[in-house]
Amino acid sequence: MSSLTMRPCGDFRTSYKQDNTIFETKTIRLMAIASILLLCTAPLFLDGYFLTLCIQISYLGIAALGLNILVGYTGQISLGHGAFFGFGAFASAWLNTSFHIPVFLSIPLAGFLTMGVGMMFGLPAARIKGLYLAIATLASQFIIEDFFARADWFSGGPYGASAAPFSLFGFDFDTDQSFYYVALFALVTMFIWGCNLMRSRDGRAFVAIRDHYLSAEIMGIKLNKYRLLSFGISSFYAGIGGALYAHYLGYVSAEGFTIFMSIQFLAMIIIGGLGSIKGTLMGVIFMVLLPEVLESGVGVLKMTDWGNIPLVVDGLAYIKEMAIGLVIIGFLIFEPEGLAHRWAQIKNYWKFYPFSY
Amino acid sequence: MNFELLTQLIVNGLIVGLLYGVIGMCFVLVYKSTKIVNFAQGEFLLIGAWVCWAALVYLQLPFFLGFILTLCFMAAFGVLLQMIVLRPMIGEPIISVIMITIGLSIFFQALMKWIFGVSPQSYPQVFDTQTINILGLNIEMAYLMSTLIAIVIMGAFYLFFKYSKHGLAMRATAFDQQVAQSLGISVKNVFAMSWGIAATVSATAGVVLGMVNGVSDSLSIMGIKVFPAVILGGLDSIIGAIVGGVIIGVLENVAEFVDSQYLHIGNMYDIAPFYVLLVILWFKPYGLFGTKDIERI
Repeated sequence: MSSLTMRPCGDFRTSYKQDNTIFETKTIRLMAIASILLLCTAPLFLDGYFLTLCIQISYLGIAALGLNILVGYTGQISLGHGAFFGFGAFASAWLNTSFHIPVFLSIPLAGFLTMGVGMMFGLPAARIKGLYLAIATLASQFIIEDFFARADWFSGGPYGASAAPFSLFGFDFDTDQSFYYVALFALVTMFIWGCNLMRSRDGRAFVAIRDHYLSAEIMGIKLNKYRLLSFGISSFYAGIGGALYAHYLGYVSAEGFTIFMSIQFLAMIIIGGLGSIKGTLMGVIFMVLLPEVLESGVGVLKMTDWGNIPLVVDGLAYIKEMAIGLVIIGFLIFEPEGLAHRWAQIKNYWKFYPFSY
Repeated sequence: MNFELLTQLIVNGLIVGLLYGVIGMCFVLVYKSTKIVNFAQGEFLLIGAWVCWAALVYLQLPFFLGFILTLCFMAAFGVLLQMIVLRPMIGEPIISVIMITIGLSIFFQALMKWIFGVSPQSYPQVFDTQTINILGLNIEMAYLMSTLIAIVIMGAFYLFFKYSKHGLAMRATAFDQQVAQSLGISVKNVFAMSWGIAATVSATAGVVLGMVNGVSDSLSIMGIKVFPAVILGGLDSIIGAIVGGVIIGVLENVAEFVDSQYLHIGNMYDIAPFYVLLVILWFKPYGLFGTKDIERI
């Protein structure tokens, strides 16, 4: 069956291995490999602006995947993901400048540090769930933010911290073109790891806890352990994403990592689809492109008569924020399953066109 | 030890705490009757304060007329919000419900910034005297009025839920939606009404706070600061919200005092309630007066 290139129209999986595979047919696997290869050649024909967007999608995507593992797969809510992202950024810069750990090592180390902090704040998760947990993580967001402002030795206080560019074997990845490969490598690695995690025993335990935690506990899944583990993994992803962000920009300041960033991460996974790895990436792409599209929309508007209205042009920053709020509300009301679900529907429609039954 | 400063701070804490209690009450009201955690509570304050400010400054209305206009507007606003945005959310998982109120909060915060700008604006003078002196303590007139208003609102809440037909309907809905429905109570109306009441009462708090500190974006932070208060009191207890509000109000001022006199860490006023929040959630997640969730298999 594994040699099939087309899928039958129903669920005809006959072995556990088939049910568990990442790529359902050979074609899908080949397409995935081909698209990664295509992405590798992207710096040849994309200019700096699009490369910046791609890098942005990479580091945000890694962090958002972590949040999706926590929220979408384990069913725990976190409103403090932005703070963990920031913690990873500061931690990597701090490890690099204070202990002279090379950047390619400080990034994973920052991930593990963030994992530790995330597990510390995830400890209440062992006892509480649902909205109580949401409020607890909200508190952790403010506490970590306060820590950034206070701990000069760690974050550089009001001056921020500077981060050295990524370098490997004496080669500096300090341009958009070269850092693109670092970001792409990290993204692909973390996503493959995420996919594999969800096929493993731990991943299935997460899903069981999400679907019905009492049944999961009766089946012998240790709730506390797996909830905490999920928090840890999610923070690890956030830390890696944050560290990449730090070494890409070369400078970290505490202002960016507010509750608004946490909300944006949540918006990404809701728009993309909770509990979908492909959807995570779609949501991130959507949220990164949204402000850019709005900006160019206003740019077009400027050339017409409407451009004379200062309200629209001056209010661009507010329009962007409002659009984020509106998109969250709109998706939750009209498409609560996210872009991944819509994508599957479109695919199904064309698969049997014109004889969809 | 500076006793004079301490007493002043504690009195301030009590006054602000009563306001937290009022906002917390609205929060609890919405949570109790509709099971929605309202992250847009702070935006109700913000919108109410800006609408009242616009009525006073642009329309040149006298204060009490403008205030009543604001209340009417906010009641309609709350009801409409429930009908348009939150009604489709009934029965959705908790993450969706939380996210939709967060989405509303982002939207209205940006909208208010767009319409009214980012710089704080102060209300026209409402009272002749700014501060009065009671027992050697300086208390701002607006704060005194806020205390009075808070107590009046709390009394009105009590009477409303105890004696009025609608209040009884709301209590019945909070107790059990299906039973309430079978007794002929329109649950839809109860939901809309609770959002209307929450919006109106929050707007009152917003106007009061705006009169003291000026209207600005920072008003919406009150919506976040109310969380420690309601969690301490218990999410579904109205008395708990008041008690929690007062405790948090006093606590943040005492933390400020201890910090300014001894510790010199800084920023304790804003952050102390959140440490308390984590400790409460760790040891007593259902607060002082909240009902424990009992799960049946």
